[in-house]
Amino acid sequence: MQLALFIIFGLLAVAGAVNFLLQRHPINSALSLVVVMMSLAVLYWSLGAEFLAAAQVIVYSGAIMVLFVFVVMLLNAGEEERTHGSRAAYIAGFPGAAAIFCLLSFVFLTNGKAFGSTDLTSHLTHAVNNIAEISQVLFKDLLLPFEVTSILILVAILGAVVLARKEQ
Amino acid sequence: MSHLTDFQTFVLLSILKIVVVLVITLTAVAYTVLLERKVLGRMQNRWGPSRVGPFGLLQPLADGIKLFLKEDLMPMASERPLFIIAPIVALTCALVSIAVVPFGAVKHIDGVDMFAISDINIGLLVILGITSIGVYGIALSGWSSNNKFALLGSLRATSQVISYELALGLSLVGVVLRSGSLRLRDIVATQSTHGLLSWNIFGGFQIVAFFIYLMAAYAETNRAPFDLPEAESELVAGYHTEYSSMKFAMFFMAEYANMITVACVATLLFFGGPSSPLGNLLPADFGGPILSAIFPVLWFVAKVFAFLLLYIWVRATLPRFRYDQLMSFGWKFLLPVAILNIIATSLVLALKG
Amino acid sequence: MSATVPISAYLVLAAVLFSIGVASFLIKRNIITIFMSIELMLNAVNLTFVAFAHMWHQITGQIFVFFVMVVAAAEAAVGLAIIIAIFRTRQTLNVDQINLLKN
Repeated sequence: MQLALFIIFGLLAVAGAVNFLLQRHPINSALSLVVVMMSLAVLYWSLGAEFLAAAQVIVYSGAIMVLFVFVVMLLNAGEEERTHGSRAAYIAGFPGAAAIFCLLSFVFLTNGKAFGSTDLTSHLTHAVNNIAEISQVLFKDLLLPFEVTSILILVAILGAVVLARKEQ
Repeated sequence: MSHLTDFQTFVLLSILKIVVVLVITLTAVAYTVLLERKVLGRMQNRWGPSRVGPFGLLQPLADGIKLFLKEDLMPMASERPLFIIAPIVALTCALVSIAVVPFGAVKHIDGVDMFAISDINIGLLVILGITSIGVYGIALSGWSSNNKFALLGSLRATSQVISYELALGLSLVGVVLRSGSLRLRDIVATQSTHGLLSWNIFGGFQIVAFFIYLMAAYAETNRAPFDLPEAESELVAGYHTEYSSMKFAMFFMAEYANMITVACVATLLFFGGPSSPLGNLLPADFGGPILSAIFPVLWFVAKVFAFLLLYIWVRATLPRFRYDQLMSFGWKFLLPVAILNIIATSLVLALKG
Repeated sequence: MSATVPISAYLVLAAVLFSIGVASFLIKRNIITIFMSIELMLNAVNLTFVAFAHMWHQITGQIFVFFVMVVAAAEAAVGLAIIIAIFRTRQTLNVDQINLLKN
């Protein structure tokens, strides 16, 4: 079950990301990013983080990406054109990204034994209440950071309103 | 079923449940359309559809055949793949959220819950998440049809849905605080002890939250009086102006399926879901094992039906809002009131507990 | 049924997504898409957090993801407002043409 979920949604996530890279039109890129985020939500759930899975769908795909799509629609952004700046980026971009990937996966795979493997069955049978656990930590141990982020959100809202408002 | 393993039984019963629920939902969608036309007709002093079948009961069938046989137009300037995907997204999201709704009492057969497709501990969040994904259907349909009316309609719809989602989500927090769980079965269970008196709307003093939910939900489903995205008098037909045939039918079905989902959620959260309003006046095993399994389903359907009638009544009664009124109503009235409701509920709960 | 997945598989998946994010961040010329590739990288990092949280049976990793999501939401709101403001003054979304400070 876990393996099947990982293979299906991992492949879906990679396919979405590759499509994100290849598409020229911003709205197609945005939609393939939504696919990536939804499949990541399923992977979170398969790692026993069901609250995060829901939050991922609601916050990322339901709010942030809708905002992106909305802005693309509002500004009527067309297909991006190739410039000489992008040629330099191609030369630096692909090898750099490939190098990062090689480094990361080398580290992960060499230490693979130490990481162990996942076990969804314990989560399913013991019915661990993930939400209760999270709220315990969030509202007791980490209350101050939580409140600080709420102020951050408030500041972000005000900033967005000020920035996007038409000047008189 | 002894020769099947647990997993096989689970899969088979799940498929059976999904098929049954899907067929019932789609039929309900078709007949909600008929109900709306009939009731609207009566409210406006006319008959409504009455030609096809007795009392016009076969009208949905005729409508379906008509829509199915019409030519499927594809506008030249449209963004082809997105144009096709948009109605599919809309309909899928509208139908999927019914999967977490428990529509009957807890009844296990072979360890499988018979009256809910899946009973998961984040049921409420799943419904909210799927609703928020449904925006893409509307946004993409307007953008991809490359028509200014469609684009305006979908921009309106997107901003409306994003704005009212906040009030909708916050209005549900009071209920979640009272039940202490996001599992829909638990939320129902906290309301089923004393019948009508323990429903969240009466016994839980969530009546303010209920009205916020109701208004936000009307906006969320783009229904009157918040039907600006498809305001006929301004925008031709809004985001589905360019759609025809089955693709139009999918949007149409999605709208009504969303209505049904919203009615189901309101029933579950504020009106005790499948629990009886009589509470312990009726004994739990009233009428034998089979009838006592059917009664909760009947209660549930009756409550949902009442909500659908309310939807239609509101549509027949209220005129459409203006767009700035809609936005200021959502942000300046519903949102603060929802936050006040959360504060009040949590204070009361803290003082009591 | 009971086949398990090694944690390192999740981490490699996260590495793939992160590298694609880096590549598209460098290659894309549309400022909105560049912004989206940042979100992709954040998502890849979130996956590693959740995987490690599962590995150590610690909830703190998930809390971290929660905070990342909150910050990403704030960042998206402000960033998109900035993009709209830029589009108002420059009438373009191409990063090569947004070079007012350069010359």
